[in-house]
Amino acid sequence: MLPEIMLAVLWAGLSAYVLFGGADFGGGVWDLLAGGAERGWPQRALVEHSIGPVWETNHVWLIFVLVITWTGLPGVFAAVASTLYVPLTLAALGIIARGAAFAFRKVATGPRQRRLFGATFAFSSLVTPFFLGTVAGAVASRRVPPGVARGDLVTSWANPTSLVSGALAVGTAAYLAAVFLTRDAERAGDTALAEGFRRRGLAAGAAVGALSAAGLLVLRADAPGLFDELTSGRALPLLVLSITAGLASLALLWRRSYVAVRATAALAVVGLLWGWGVGQYPHLLPGVDLDDAAATHAVLAASLGSLAVGAALLLPSLWWLYSTFQRD
Amino acid sequence: MPVGAQWAAAATGADLGAARTQMGLSLGWHIVLACLGVGMPAITLIAEWRGHRTGDAAYRLLARRWARAMGVLFAVGAVSGTILSFEMGLLWPGFMGAYGQVIGLPFSLEGIAFFIEAIFLGLYLYAWDRLPPRRHLLAGLPIVAAGVASAFFVVTANAWMQRPVGFDTEDGRVVAVRPWEAMFNPAMPSQTVHMILAAFMVAGFGMASVYAVAMLRGRRDRYHRLGFLLPFTVAALITPAQIAVGDWSAHFVADDQPVKLAAMEGLYETGRGVPLHIGGIAVDGELRYAAEIPDGLSLLAHWDPDAEIAGLDGVPGADRPPVNVVHLAFQAMVGLGFAMLALAAWFALCWWRRRDLPRTPWFLRAASLSGVAAVAALEAGWVVTEVGRQPWIVYGVLRTADAVNPAPGLVWGFALVAAVYAVLTVASVYVLRRMARDKPVPIAPQEHDVTGFTVV
Repeated sequence: MLPEIMLAVLWAGLSAYVLFGGADFGGGVWDLLAGGAERGWPQRALVEHSIGPVWETNHVWLIFVLVITWTGLPGVFAAVASTLYVPLTLAALGIIARGAAFAFRKVATGPRQRRLFGATFAFSSLVTPFFLGTVAGAVASRRVPPGVARGDLVTSWANPTSLVSGALAVGTAAYLAAVFLTRDAERAGDTALAEGFRRRGLAAGAAVGALSAAGLLVLRADAPGLFDELTSGRALPLLVLSITAGLASLALLWRRSYVAVRATAALAVVGLLWGWGVGQYPHLLPGVDLDDAAATHAVLAASLGSLAVGAALLLPSLWWLYSTFQRD
Repeated sequence: MPVGAQWAAAATGADLGAARTQMGLSLGWHIVLACLGVGMPAITLIAEWRGHRTGDAAYRLLARRWARAMGVLFAVGAVSGTILSFEMGLLWPGFMGAYGQVIGLPFSLEGIAFFIEAIFLGLYLYAWDRLPPRRHLLAGLPIVAAGVASAFFVVTANAWMQRPVGFDTEDGRVVAVRPWEAMFNPAMPSQTVHMILAAFMVAGFGMASVYAVAMLRGRRDRYHRLGFLLPFTVAALITPAQIAVGDWSAHFVADDQPVKLAAMEGLYETGRGVPLHIGGIAVDGELRYAAEIPDGLSLLAHWDPDAEIAGLDGVPGADRPPVNVVHLAFQAMVGLGFAMLALAAWFALCWWRRRDLPRTPWFLRAASLSGVAAVAALEAGWVVTEVGRQPWIVYGVLRTADAVNPAPGLVWGFALVAAVYAVLTVASVYVLRRMARDKPVPIAPQEHDVTGFTVV
């Protein structure tokens, strides 16, 4: 039972990272697409204002996911990290460039520096989720064999499923950010900006929907086992949930229900993520199931116990943080 | 996951060198930011608290400025720390696959601490104008506590690499892990305390040296004086304690990692009544040009002038760390430590006699170097700890060469990472220098709508 709880905690952490960190990356994507310095200023200011206080907290979810993986599934961590050395290194560099450039831009005064740091922040916001997405695609399409560096260093992540996953990660991030920023702009009383992000949200939502459909076709050819689970197996309810929530989000966004759409958009993304998880469970890597990979009972018990105590400290703090900056 | 190393044959010497240099570079970079992240919040909070208590505007302005710098440093520290958790797997999968679960517990706890730190830092930095002053001050306390806790947890994992306990192996597989025993390993107490005190020294001397430079340039107003006095006093109070803890740490190494001690001292031959070497360089299997204090090492390590000290001759050449690197780093750390102690004593003497700084400009000159000295001592100490552990990644259990990622191309990854760190260094220094020169400080610096507001 402990390995299952640990995997669920890992997946919950991953979901939080995809939602919160994803919206953060998406903010950077919109920053990139905002246009010239003059025209893009209101958009960039909103992005900076909205994610400034929370991006570091959002980013910690990734560290949480990495640590849980090497603690709970050490062999899987070693296999994934060593085979997917290339995209993970690029994602890591993207994370450095993004965080540093964002912090530097906040305090930079001259327009030239602001533009340079801003461009670095925005570009790495696009690249980082893409490479992280390819990693997910590599695991989902069973291209990471157990052991150290046993998989192909290039085709393990440069393949149809990985490329679609990478694109989907970027699209999801942009979509979540648009939904989130629409409400923030409205709250700040900037109707024109809210309308702009509403349009972007609708476009990104439609694009992500189309991309997901295309992704299913790729999955059928590239990872038939996971495709079957998603379309006719245990994971089907989650896929249906994701599609329904996605459609509902578009309708809510259309009707300008900016608060409600935050919930459905999150549900659409989480449904997809858990659909993948449930579809693949209990197989983690080819020939490796959860029970083979899980750490010893003592390790799982100690770590889960500590995390439970930690959660008692964390949840109220997180609540205080988010509520402080969602209030005017 | 087998503990052995059947796969490692593929990694070339160049790849191992690249992996070690990349890890050294990332860690050496991060450790400075991490120390500032542990020490700066406490010093900033003291200034904020003094500002509230005394109503002194200089203290409030100092707190505001330090918080602003802290925001940038924390961001860079957070991302450079994230890279390290990637690199644990990218570079050392043989280590993490086998022992990731043994050291997972402190990292999970560190994750929680880091979370708390990030949350309250967000509140502290961005809610300056949204929270009442007292509550704002209280929101800063968890940052201090979580920072110290983070340092503690991370260093327990490193201490485990020096003194691996809390697990059994069976047919090359790790079984029966006792995670709490691994975390509270015998190397943990001295190593964690030494590191946390080092963090406060780096932050205190580092912050003070900025104001020492300004005072040398003639800016002697109350703002610059307090900006120097507060962090310098904190660092000066901690320095003697750090020397004592360093001695405790050295005793542990003497008892537990005799090969490391031999490398630190450049001691090749096992013997009794071993002298303490000061300076010198190892050439062809002996230490030359060193000053010697008779029986000094035996006395220091075991409180007995006739105690036996194991030399490097006790282990085969393949099991020895690179002697000169460890020896010189150790000499540098100790030398710089005593130099900072002398500076602290000079300050204490003048303060005790006249309630003032030493009058000669040499004091400020020395103090303006103290930040660099503290960082150099920190790095040197880390080199002693980590290079002194070689060729083992887990002391006596797993060799570094058997833990490295055998995938080809680590050299290219290293080149890329080195380039990014070079740019990051230049950008960080540039931004911090610009910030120090900014005249008006915005109330919540990141909120553009109040940019025009000048504090005090």
